[in-house]
Amino acid sequence: MLILTCPCCGVAGEETEFAAGGEAHLKRFGPGSDDDQFHDYLFMKENPKGVHLERWRHANGCGKWFLAARNTVTMEVYGTYAAQTYEPPKEIKDKISAKVPGWSWREFS
Amino acid sequence: MSDAVSPLNGAKYEGFVTVKAMGLQGMITFRGDLSAAKVKKAVKTVAGTDMPGQRECHMSGDTGVAWMSPDELLIFVPYADVDAKLDELHKALEGQHFLAVNVSDARAMFHLEGNGAREVIAKLSPVDMSPNAFGPGEIRRTRLAQIPAAFWMPDTTSVQIVCFRSVAEYGFNLLKTAAEPGSEVGMFA
Repeated sequence: MLILTCPCCGVAGEETEFAAGGEAHLKRFGPGSDDDQFHDYLFMKENPKGVHLERWRHANGCGKWFLAARNTVTMEVYGTYAAQTYEPPKEIKDKISAKVPGWSWREFS
Repeated sequence: MSDAVSPLNGAKYEGFVTVKAMGLQGMITFRGDLSAAKVKKAVKTVAGTDMPGQRECHMSGDTGVAWMSPDELLIFVPYADVDAKLDELHKALEGQHFLAVNVSDARAMFHLEGNGAREVIAKLSPVDMSPNAFGPGEIRRTRLAQIPAAFWMPDTTSVQIVCFRSVAEYGFNLLKTAAEPGSEVGMFA
């Protein structure tokens, strides 16, 4: 069971109050991109054993989207942060580095 | 005109707490920039209370304001005054980007009264209901078993719950079951 803290309303709720929304920090390729880019955007998702960055929605609450950094093995939640960011904030990266030295996730590490 | 009727028409259940389906209550859902001075002022004139902070709920009787999300409020007014209050809001906020809609007939409200009120909620929602974690003046949007709901505590032994009208009966049955005599857990006693 995950306990996530919604950065929009400050509620620390358990998993069933939220809805998972897949991978975070996706770069979208739509009209104007080539087939390979679109294919990769649609199908090539991260599925790591370890550190993962995900989108979540506070579905049974304030209804807002946010991003979360967590570990798929230990189920530890490193932190949650605003959806309006291009990369995880430094304090969350530091927290992950302290627990999982040498971690990397797509272009972040 | 037809008579407006609350979803369960005042149904009542006496368990280890009293579960009551409440009558008609005027509710306005408001979305906009809650930090704008104009919005704060308009909300205050309509609801008669100050703008609530994050997860706060300012209620007195059947008027008040509840914080629903960073850009959403639920304004409570007497049922008969909804249209007038909506007009007032629209006039006060002319030119501002906002949305205010009458949702009175789209919601159902319940009232729990008794020492075990916290416990009934704790059985149904994934919320820490201990007195030092949740108390009067706060509102919590969450789920009640399988339906979305929000609740607040008018005082330390009662809870008021609001959910969608379409699931009013489900909600009432849930509360009835959780309040059945003999099913007390005594967690917060």
